[in-house]
Amino acid sequence: MPTPTVINTALLDVDGLAATRGGRTVFAGVGFTLVPGGALQVEGANGAGKSTLLRVLAGLLPAAAGTIANPFTTAFAGHDVALKPGPSLGDELAHWARLDGVDAAAVARAAVAFALTPLLGLPAGILSSGQRRRAALTRVAASGADLWLLDEPDAGLDAASHGLLATAIAAHRASGGLMVAVTHGDLGIADPQRLRL
Amino acid sequence: MIFLTLIRRDLTLALRRPGALALPVVFFVLVAALFPFAVGPDARLLARIAPGVVWVAALLASLLPIETLVAPDVADGSLDQIVVRGIALETWVAARLVAHWLGFAVPLLIALPVAAVLLGLPALGPLALALLLGTPALAALALLAASLTATLRGGGALAGLIVVPLALPVLIFGVAEGGGVAADGALKLLAASSLVLVALTPFAAGAALRAVD
Repeated sequence: MPTPTVINTALLDVDGLAATRGGRTVFAGVGFTLVPGGALQVEGANGAGKSTLLRVLAGLLPAAAGTIANPFTTAFAGHDVALKPGPSLGDELAHWARLDGVDAAAVARAAVAFALTPLLGLPAGILSSGQRRRAALTRVAASGADLWLLDEPDAGLDAASHGLLATAIAAHRASGGLMVAVTHGDLGIADPQRLRL
Repeated sequence: MIFLTLIRRDLTLALRRPGALALPVVFFVLVAALFPFAVGPDARLLARIAPGVVWVAALLASLLPIETLVAPDVADGSLDQIVVRGIALETWVAARLVAHWLGFAVPLLIALPVAAVLLGLPALGPLALALLLGTPALAALALLAASLTATLRGGGALAGLIVVPLALPVLIFGVAEGGGVAADGALKLLAASSLVLVALTPFAAGAALRAVD
């Protein structure tokens, strides 16, 4: 796992955040503070705005109100895994690694962490949904970003992969990384902050 | 550096699907081949309308890739990954424009002699030059229309309605050049149209994609 570069005094500080979708307020007054090494688990019913919150944090949607102070480099794994079907998984991950400015070794380490190494030569199009999810998580881990934004990272994962995910998150936090994850279940991470929408 | 990485990525993906690259070109040649059947084997008439036919065929061919130009990247989350990395959408659009032009115009120019033979075109040079200068405009318009309709179901048909009127100046200047009429001035205006569209498209398409949520 690449060591994130962390500014010791930095915080992810979200205050009074609100978002609208299609003219309807999805959530309002959401606030939390996350320190390096911290993890936030976002919970709530379907349609409560969990994914919307994550997309606002990622800068993919504008906030209707409130402030986000995010001094960290950020990686995002959404519902859509952003893998083209044709190229091999290794080539796909290498492309994003080039954009992230990280070397092939970072990708290789992340692939080991998510047990994807044997699959790197296969076209991304033939992977199962759980394998594609792991590929998206590998891209996040390889990016070396400080803040991981994960939208239901455990969706479609088998028991063994759940363990790999928990281990990867623990290693990321141990090296000073932060994580915000949307989940319906238990990610198996140590004492997360919880936010209920 | 990011710009070149994005172009390389698009070209790699394009070369993996040679069928998609060949489709507009085959369509281009087929449209050109229709005309001798439609207007009869009058060689003088064919030679006279040939530049116009080639340009209309190129314009129609430029509409074919629109649906696969931007929409898949919006749908599969690739564009989200670009935005999260802080890469400007304008940069992404500009890179895609370069890659799309290479994948569209180069095969088209290679197929031009075939269309020329079918139509009995007397001189290939002026028309090839005009297409070289005009295809960036066609590629830019296709990309702009693709960005505007990226989230619409069946947006390709609507995109055609957007492109065709905007392509009229390119068509007019291109045909004037290819026909050898008032050639010099038309060539400069054609180049100017291409420059304007190529310069505007990254910003217009970037704004369109930013409005997607």
